[in-house]
Order: sequence, then structure tokens, then C-alpha cells
Amino acid sequence: MAVRVQAAPFDLGQETAAFAAAAAGAGAIVTFTGVVRDEGGRLARMEIEHYPGMTERAIAAIEAEAAARWSLTASLVIHRHGAMAPGEHIMMVATAAPHRADAFAAAEFLMDYLKSRAPFWKKEIGAGGGAAWVAARAEDEAALARWQADRRA
Amino acid sequence: MIEVLYFAWVRERIGLPRERVETRAATPAELVAELSAREARYAAAFADLAALRVAIDQELAEWDTPLAGAREVAFFPPMTGG
Repeated sequence: MAVRVQAAPFDLGQETAAFAAAAAGAGAIVTFTGVVRDEGGRLARMEIEHYPGMTERAIAAIEAEAAARWSLTASLVIHRHGAMAPGEHIMMVATAAPHRADAFAAAEFLMDYLKSRAPFWKKEIGAGGGAAWVAARAEDEAALARWQADRRA
Repeated sequence: MIEVLYFAWVRERIGLPRERVETRAATPAELVAELSAREARYAAAFADLAALRVAIDQELAEWDTPLAGAREVAFFPPMTGG
């Protein structure tokens, strides 16, 4: 279970290879990568603010919850902050498990929780210079409710 | 004394990222009321609590969670990570 919060870009291929090497013995590895959209040329860049200290704690707690729910042999979350251009990688999640169902489910759970429970805030800077904070979406809260319902079932 | 932190548009509206506040507020809701009474920029930032979240000592909390013993309180909009 690893967390990295950083301003610097990460090398997706290198991170995936290192994760896979460390997770030797797992039968399934799932990775997800979040990318800055260009919004049809409207977006000049994305700026991500975070809450140092709480960010790492919140992500570690989310990873611990994933590890308690599924049979994982390893997990990794890398999330960047600061300014990023369209096409840049914002974050990645990797999960390793004996079987793919657990690796897929845990990766989706991590993504759903990172979206709404890790203290990051995205601001979009438009090609024309205008800036706007990205609003949280009701669908993202609904995605969390689904996992909470799963736990009660 | 308590360290109060602001993020995203809350930080922009108030005009600073953090400050030390002398307060006897028992809950985040009381602290917000004290700050809002200070100046219009605070009142503007805290106008709609339903649009805000609060964390006490880096854990998400409720508006009526006791502040007793807290070192750090943060106010921010709903998170948009991922």
C-alpha cells in the first residue's frame, strides 16, 4: 500500500513496471491513469490545489479500506498537484490481486473515493485566460453511495 | 488559539490560506459565525455552508463536531480529486 503526492510528472510505464515487479506472484494487475482533457482546445491548463498532510492521510485511509474489502497483494496511488497541461497525467492507481475481479473492483473503489474524499481541488484555466474551479458532481457522490450500500449488503 | 486553513475558492474569497484565530467556538458552525461577523469577505465565503466541507485536525468533520482540543480546522469546497 503506497501513496505519493507530488508536483512532478511521473513516468507511467516505469511506475507500472516497478509496481508489477514488486507485486510478483499476483495473478492480476489493474492500472488506471487520469489525464488532463483538452476540452476541445478550450483548456490551457489545469491547476490542482491540495491539503498537505490531510491528503496523504486520506489516501492512506482509502487504501486501507480497499485492502480490508478485497484480497489485494499491493496497491499504489500517485496523485499530482500544481499546474498541468492537457494530455499530462494527473494521477494513477494500481492494484494487484490473486484474481482480476478484486483488482478491478479495488481500483474502481479507490478512484471513486479519491474523487470525493481526498482533499484536492481542480481549477481550469481557459485558453482565453478565464479560470474556474471545477464543481463536484452529484454522480461522484452517488458512486460513493453505491460502495456504502455494498458494505451493508 | 487554533490554526484555520482555507482552500480553493474559500481561500480566494477570504484572501489568505491560513491564520491563527483566538476563539472560544465550540463547533465549526460557531467558528464560521464568529468569522462571518468579522468582515464581509468571510461572510461571502461562508454564505452557503451546504456548499462547504470542514476538517478538524485533518479528518472530515460535521458542522456540529466538538472543537475541543483541536489544533487545526480547515474549510473548503467539496473535493474534486482523481
